[in-house]
Amino acid sequence: MLTNAAAVDQHAHENPALLHHFASEEQQKNAASLGMWLFLAQEVMFFGGMFCAYLIYRYKYFGDFGSASQQLDLKLGAINTVVLICSSLTVVLAVRAVQLGRRKELVGWLLATILLGLVFLGIKADEYAEKFEKHHVPGASFSYHELLPSQEKLPPSDRRYADPHHAEMYFSLYFAMTGMHALHMVVGVGLFGFLTYMAWRGKYSPGYYTPIENAGLYWHFVDIVWIYLFPLLYLIDRHR
Amino acid sequence: MSDQNSTSEHISSLKTSIGIWLALLAGTTLTVLAALVELGPFNIVVALLIATIKAILVVLFFMHVKYTHEKLTPLVIVSAIFFLFILLSLSMADYVTRLWR
Repeated sequence: MLTNAAAVDQHAHENPALLHHFASEEQQKNAASLGMWLFLAQEVMFFGGMFCAYLIYRYKYFGDFGSASQQLDLKLGAINTVVLICSSLTVVLAVRAVQLGRRKELVGWLLATILLGLVFLGIKADEYAEKFEKHHVPGASFSYHELLPSQEKLPPSDRRYADPHHAEMYFSLYFAMTGMHALHMVVGVGLFGFLTYMAWRGKYSPGYYTPIENAGLYWHFVDIVWIYLFPLLYLIDRHR
Repeated sequence: MSDQNSTSEHISSLKTSIGIWLALLAGTTLTVLAALVELGPFNIVVALLIATIKAILVVLFFMHVKYTHEKLTPLVIVSAIFFLFILLSLSMADYVTRLWR
């Protein structure tokens, strides 16, 4: 009885963040990390369903998808890719800062991540606004009258136009996929806002930074989704 | 403190992180440039290949999977990719072969 109490007492003194049902800090950290990876695995399946729908329709309506893809702004898409890659670096630097116990640096990198996330969402909002102006948003007011790729060189009478229904399918997938991605970004920005506040209050230390690490994993995952979305949505048939 | 932590965590070096960041930026430039060149059916192959290399770099270095001691993490990743592959390949096996006679 006495030895048991002594063991519990010793356990409590190791690290205040160590919960009593874990044997060691390492076990606790690995359990939290594994839980996060399992969450990301189901996120893969969640986005996978949309990628599957995209694949099927791109296979069926290839030319129309190429035409609709070219309505997107390549420059804005590329800039957003760069913004997200930079935000992934700031997350890595935030995790490094907390591992080294540098509180101010941690807050700085977290704020930089939020800022880059907001820049991404701002550019995305601008792209969405343009889609509304051009009536490229699926629904009652959708209208589409664009050529299929590589038709400009032909004489006007021979030119073929993309099927508006097929283009509408492209834009449905575009809004579903980038919209879901943007929603994940909004959640991520909120998450990092909370973490910045807690980090500023000195809640995280080299002995306990699991929330920073796991939020970082989430942010990198969202980055990876965009790494695939960018070429699949923006870069169809661009060479024509 | 240091021997407690050295077993479970890896502090990524600045040099590696910035190197990976530059590689990801280079990959983005390469994807855009490759998309502007006529490669026929290989445009999509090249685009997905570059995207996959970028994703692997992010997972291994930014998400610290290269340095993890937890063997279950790679298992979770591989099974996620495996089930995604089943989802995509079985669905496409249906749609691609519908017109076959």
